[in-house]
Amino acid sequence: MNKKLWINVVMAILVAGLFLTVSCAKKTVVSDASTIEDQAQAEAQAAAEAEAQRKAEAERIRQQELEAQAAGEKAVEQARQQAAKTRFLHQNIHFAFDSAELSSEAKELVKEKAQWLKQNQKVSVTIEGHCDERGTTEYNLALGERRANAVQNYLQDLGIGGFRLDTVSYGEERPLDPGQTEAAYAKNRRAQFVLK
Amino acid sequence: MFLHYVNTKLLKNIHKSRSSAGYPLSPCVAAFRDRMSVPPLPRSWHILLVLATVFFLWHPAQGWAKSYDTINISNPFLHKTPVAVTEFKALTGKDAETEIGTTALTILNEGLEFTGYLKLVNPRAFLSSPAQTGIQLGQIHFRDWTGIGAELLITGGVEIDGDQVQLKLRLFDTFNTKLLKGKIYTGPPGQVRRMIHLFCAEVSYALTGTWGVFNSKLSFISTVNGNKEVFVSDFDGHNPKQVTHHKSISLSPAWSSDGQWLAYVSYAGGKPDIYIKHLAENRGAIVNREGMNISPAWMPGQAKLAAAMSFSGNQQIYLLTRNGEIITKITDSWGINVSPVFSPDGKKIAFVSNRSGTPQIYITDLNTQEVRRVTFQGNYNTSPAWSPDGNKMAYVGIEKNQIDIYMINLASGPGMPVQLTRDQKDNEDPSWSPDGNLIVFTSNREGNSSALYVMTAAGTDQRRLLHMKGRQTQPGWSGPMTIED
Repeated sequence: MNKKLWINVVMAILVAGLFLTVSCAKKTVVSDASTIEDQAQAEAQAAAEAEAQRKAEAERIRQQELEAQAAGEKAVEQARQQAAKTRFLHQNIHFAFDSAELSSEAKELVKEKAQWLKQNQKVSVTIEGHCDERGTTEYNLALGERRANAVQNYLQDLGIGGFRLDTVSYGEERPLDPGQTEAAYAKNRRAQFVLK
Repeated sequence: MFLHYVNTKLLKNIHKSRSSAGYPLSPCVAAFRDRMSVPPLPRSWHILLVLATVFFLWHPAQGWAKSYDTINISNPFLHKTPVAVTEFKALTGKDAETEIGTTALTILNEGLEFTGYLKLVNPRAFLSSPAQTGIQLGQIHFRDWTGIGAELLITGGVEIDGDQVQLKLRLFDTFNTKLLKGKIYTGPPGQVRRMIHLFCAEVSYALTGTWGVFNSKLSFISTVNGNKEVFVSDFDGHNPKQVTHHKSISLSPAWSSDGQWLAYVSYAGGKPDIYIKHLAENRGAIVNREGMNISPAWMPGQAKLAAAMSFSGNQQIYLLTRNGEIITKITDSWGINVSPVFSPDGKKIAFVSNRSGTPQIYITDLNTQEVRRVTFQGNYNTSPAWSPDGNKMAYVGIEKNQIDIYMINLASGPGMPVQLTRDQKDNEDPSWSPDGNLIVFTSNREGNSSALYVMTAAGTDQRRLLHMKGRQTQPGWSGPMTIED
């Protein structure tokens, strides 16, 4: 009999305890709801941040693209300048046999040289006069000098300062093409620019 | 009968013309020639003369004075004097003597070619051998030599005594059975070349009254590792020696008349300047005025040079001291004036100018300053080279894209130039031997590389001078240098 009572008491306590526990649990649930609210806020914040970051990244990429474009343009410009320089140094001015006279084509080319020299004010050049191998060494030295001088004089007429222009004749000593054909001779009869 | 008449007449003319053409014969040779009755002409000549006779008979109207002109008998280079050169006798029978004798014979044969007027008789035609029978006057059977057409005979003997070699050399006049010259040379074996050339000079002197080329030298340009440098060699191209080491471009070497100085052009300073250099001593000068300083030429017998300089704007010719100071301005024209060369008497200068529009050769008188044009044929005449007798000018002309050497007679006024080289690619840079018999020049006829060649002043006997690496150009023949015995 006593034992049954004891059990009931214990049960009662347990139930009461259960109730308590339940109320406690209820409390916990309330507190959970507030956390969810915080999380949503955080999520929104994160999303905003991500958005900002994305925007920044896009901006960065845009900047980068702009820079790349600028760099590209610069490279193109540099390449253009290099090409102009190469052309200046390797497009030679050609002459007829036993002549130091500038043809109209030669004059056009010298004008182009003058343009380049105006764009590159710091540059000084040596104008070399050359001949083909036919004829006499001495006469060709003289002829080469007259070719170089003809180019120098025309450049000065076009407004290039004489102090930037030097001349030297190599006569027939430095052919570009050692061949003994008319094409080789024509190539070798030239005034050529060399940077100082 | 007629044939014989032509023969004798022709020979007399050959000899007369040879002496009148500036080759004075020694009295004994001249005497022998005048008394000569048996014409020593080779068989081929008889055939030619028979043909010529037939020709005259068929064309009596032509007159034979004209046909006679076409056989250029005034030219000693076309009618050379036949000379027999025998093997050297080993005088004490030593093997070493035979060996040196063989070397000496080769040098002698090659040397005699440089007279331009002697022709070696083929040794296979020889009827006797003085190397065995004896090389002295009493031991020579002259009929053996006249019989094969040899007008001259040279015998040699070698004797070795210790470290000394003795060469005994004799020149005989076979028709007159006379010793013209006998010489004994002693020295170390290394001097055999020199001894033979001294004898060649004696032969030249005995026959023509000039020492020939045997005491002269050549200057020229050769490439060394791609750079042009100045070289000097013996007259025959032997013993080439590099004179400059600029490792740049060196050009246009020019001998002073005593052979002690060379003037040349070099780019060592970055542009063409003139370097004046004493060959044995370390002294000289550099002419490096603004513009270019090129084409030096020495005044005969003087310490002065002519050169082209462009500091005034135009290339003009100036007379300079050996230190490079200007004495006077020689040309004063528009355009190019280059390549001065003095007349042998030093009173005139020939040069190249394009004052008329194309490069042509002019002569200016240094006293009167009168200028006359010399070349009129073609549009490109350069590289004047004045003959040592002052009467002729060799030069380079370009005709139909062919670069060749021409010669013009100055004494007879403007006449037709004679073409000396033909159909042998490019031929340039003529320079006369001091005796006026030969011309050295540049040609690219073998392969595409320029090399030095020599020919007689008539353009005959063109042959290569030396074989060395690189390209050789711009030969310059020195004047006669002192013979040291």
